[in-house]
Amino acid sequence: MDTWSLLSICVLLGLTTRWAVSLNSYSGAGKPPMFGDYEAQRHWQEITYNLPVHEWYFNTTDNNLNYWGLDYPPLTAYHSLLCGHVASLINPDWVELHTSQGFESSAHKLFMRATVLIADLLMYVPAVVLYCFYLSEGSNRKKVCLVLCILLYPGLILIDYGHFQYNSISLGLALWGVLGLGLGWDMLGSLAFVLAVNYKQMELYHSLPFFCYLLGKCFKQGMAGRGLFLLVKIAVTVLVTFTLCWLPFLTDPGQVLQVLHRLFPVGRGLFEDKVANTWCSLNVLIKIKTILSTDTQLYLSLAATLLAALPSSIKLLTKPTLWQFKLALVNSSLAFFLFSFQVHEKSILLPALPVCLLLGDLPLPAVWFLQASTFSMLPLFLKDGLFVPYAVTSSAFVFYSVYLLSALEHSSEEELRLRPVRRLVCLPRVDLGRIARWTFYLSVAAMAGLSFMSVALAPPARLPDLFPLLVSVFSFLHFLGLLLYFNVVQIAEPPSPRRKNPKKTE
Amino acid sequence: MRSANQIERRRQRRRRRRRRILSSGLYNTVMAASTADSWSWFPALALGVSFLKCLMINSYHSTDFEVHRNWLAITHSLPVSKWYHESTSEWTLDYPPLFAWFEYGLSHVAQHFDKKMLVVQNLGYASPATVLFQRLSVIATDVVFIYAVRECCRSVREEKGSKDLLVRPYFILAALLLWNYGLLIVDHIHFQYNGFLCGILLLSVARHLQGRHLEGAFLFAVLLNLKHIYLYIAPAYGIFLLRSYCFTKDNTDGSVRWSSLSLVRLIALGSIVISVCALSFGPFIAMGQLPQVLSRLFPFKRGLCHAYWAPNIWALYNVVDKALSVGFLRCLVVCALCSFMFGWHVHEKAILMAILPLSVLAVESREDAGIFLMLATTGHYSLFPLLFTATEMPTKVLLILLFTLYSFTSLKKLFRGFLLNTLEVTYLLGLIAVEIICEVVYPLLPWKQTLPFVTLLAKSVYCSLGVSYSFIRLYLSILRPTDKPKEL
Repeated sequence: MDTWSLLSICVLLGLTTRWAVSLNSYSGAGKPPMFGDYEAQRHWQEITYNLPVHEWYFNTTDNNLNYWGLDYPPLTAYHSLLCGHVASLINPDWVELHTSQGFESSAHKLFMRATVLIADLLMYVPAVVLYCFYLSEGSNRKKVCLVLCILLYPGLILIDYGHFQYNSISLGLALWGVLGLGLGWDMLGSLAFVLAVNYKQMELYHSLPFFCYLLGKCFKQGMAGRGLFLLVKIAVTVLVTFTLCWLPFLTDPGQVLQVLHRLFPVGRGLFEDKVANTWCSLNVLIKIKTILSTDTQLYLSLAATLLAALPSSIKLLTKPTLWQFKLALVNSSLAFFLFSFQVHEKSILLPALPVCLLLGDLPLPAVWFLQASTFSMLPLFLKDGLFVPYAVTSSAFVFYSVYLLSALEHSSEEELRLRPVRRLVCLPRVDLGRIARWTFYLSVAAMAGLSFMSVALAPPARLPDLFPLLVSVFSFLHFLGLLLYFNVVQIAEPPSPRRKNPKKTE
Repeated sequence: MRSANQIERRRQRRRRRRRRILSSGLYNTVMAASTADSWSWFPALALGVSFLKCLMINSYHSTDFEVHRNWLAITHSLPVSKWYHESTSEWTLDYPPLFAWFEYGLSHVAQHFDKKMLVVQNLGYASPATVLFQRLSVIATDVVFIYAVRECCRSVREEKGSKDLLVRPYFILAALLLWNYGLLIVDHIHFQYNGFLCGILLLSVARHLQGRHLEGAFLFAVLLNLKHIYLYIAPAYGIFLLRSYCFTKDNTDGSVRWSSLSLVRLIALGSIVISVCALSFGPFIAMGQLPQVLSRLFPFKRGLCHAYWAPNIWALYNVVDKALSVGFLRCLVVCALCSFMFGWHVHEKAILMAILPLSVLAVESREDAGIFLMLATTGHYSLFPLLFTATEMPTKVLLILLFTLYSFTSLKKLFRGFLLNTLEVTYLLGLIAVEIICEVVYPLLPWKQTLPFVTLLAKSVYCSLGVSYSFIRLYLSILRPTDKPKEL
């Protein structure tokens, strides 16, 4: 069959899965007074549609910041404004100031879900298709399989179409950034990434690799001539884009400070709720939140994050290739997730995107990580009543990505790049590939088991948070292990110029 | 114990094979080599569609959902003597007794999900547990359909040629059947058990194609006692079995040799059919309730048209004897289409009874593929009004695009060339125009208030052209003299 028809079928399958998941409940459905993220998005449409720009981020009588105040950068606000205009055309009650608070109806749900689908279709899906066809290796069939597997990644589907968010826009823009850089269009790539950061400030998790890659490229081209020129061009692009995005707020420095204050709430503490990162897991053994002051916590997490992200960034700086760039994206964002301040469980999507890009090259570790990332958000899905879609999409994803990408057949020691580990471990007889496969089977079985226990069994009275805690600690161990693995793969790659395409093993 | 040389030679063979695979285009070879003998792709296809069905659990369901809940309640809570007399709900039991026993069996599982659904008085009860159970029961009973599809694929003629799995007839047939749009929409959204029933039908067909006629007859008898709508294709079955199973020899010119009637076979066939019917209707005949059961099964009071939706014309019902020489499956499809075109109180869903068996013919003959594309596309589009909610609009559009795109491209690749002429393609593109006019343009016009059913009528009439055209073409293919003696 023709590639384009196979591709269309895969895209249609991805879209059908997304819409089918959106038939389920959303975050905070029918739960006054605060509701959830769905109501937050609707509220932002109300605020941006009815109020002037200079009031969006400020606490006024019309805008109560305690009730889902805007805490994303300006692009989210502009997007909400656009959606607000469309909403008011269909039914003004949806965005009526004050009276529309907590508005819920099936027509409104259809409208909101449709906005997510349209954003996905315009931003994320084309980026995935273009990435698979222009920046990945293999036959056309494999590229189509890759498109399907990336589109089936459950984490993004369940958060965007279930819980309700617009991650497909920020992740899509980041992916356009990767595309631009990969194809050698550095300015367009930088532009796309700056837009991504201006949509959701969490994209800063990806900023270090982008910075190091571009800087490394400039260095390689020679800081005396073309390199400097490239650096200047990129810097100008970044500054101009930032200026254009923040234009309405640049009139008054107070505005800028307030927005920054909303984006980076440093007063809120090391973590909230159960997250699969270091601090929350450490908190089980040592109550760090009570031992250390807020300032110390801030500096500790800053130091730990930079330390964890540093090796990968330096390696990328010295060797700015696409392969290193993809690995650095994974390593940096995962380091930020594990050690940063005020991390939410949904932020696992930030490392998940670059890992999706590695599905074609390292299928088994990628599938493992992506499944663990979806599993880590299980408590959130249970709260939103999304267990059935979670179970179905996770099973489908694991099955199809392992089947279509032959993940288990490509799990030899060589293909998993475990030679450096062998040198460290010094056990000549052990087949690391076999160990990897069996650990994978056990891990998936454990995840399935814990998922069913979370929904079928009631936790003991003394430990009401037992299952969320088990889920987050289990996921944390996976993330830590995979962080080490991806760092080893990135750093152990020899710096010889001969190995331009490291995937083609002899 | 193997010698060191043997071990070394084995290693070298493995290494060479690995290199060959890596160099010759990984995925094509792996696909071909691994599936030449194994059918590992079949579970992948079946699982995929089952996952999709599970995702549809929370979508819109029609009154048929309440119908089946009511039947679960009736069969579980009341004694057998009251089943066909119970009329608390308007959705009285109007399927044959075997289906009532099937619902009875299901109700024993249902009680573990939510006991309240089994109370007859709980009209319209649809708790989340009830929805989950009912939806899962449809998905679970589809196992019969999946098995039947596998058997049908086994019977499909294999052609030598392309090694590419995606262009093999049995793969295309499996995809067209397992992922059939009509079944997904009607069974897993609207809510019915057609997959289960069509599975029994296809299994019966497969058994006949495999020469296991007694099993096929048994399965068909069971099917008739599950849903009596299949009576419409009983003549095709009856005549075929009589002709090719009971009469053991033919004359040299192909006509029947009357003297070769095998009484043993006739008695075996008859006793199977009668015993199944006896098992099903027996208890009711013993209780003297046969007239009541029959009046429920054949409600002639209901009227000629079920709704505006079914593109049919009422006329005479027809049985074709000449069909014998052109093959059992073709005769079956024509009978099913006859019943759709001219039958009494036809549901639009009955088009599935023709589309599914036609899929088997479509992967074997170029002309049938063309007819299939016309009938399937038109028939599937005619199911659109079944899901009238706005939330289901993306679902039905995405799924119909998926199925139509796949059927067109796969069959075109299989038969290497265009299967439809310009007029047919224009008609099918017209379906898109009809949809846009009905859903987008008409609501903006002032007549929407006074004549709200115009859109349904328009769709019905437009689709009836395509269905009638396919019917005529299939009918003509029977009337044409055939050279091949015994095809499908």
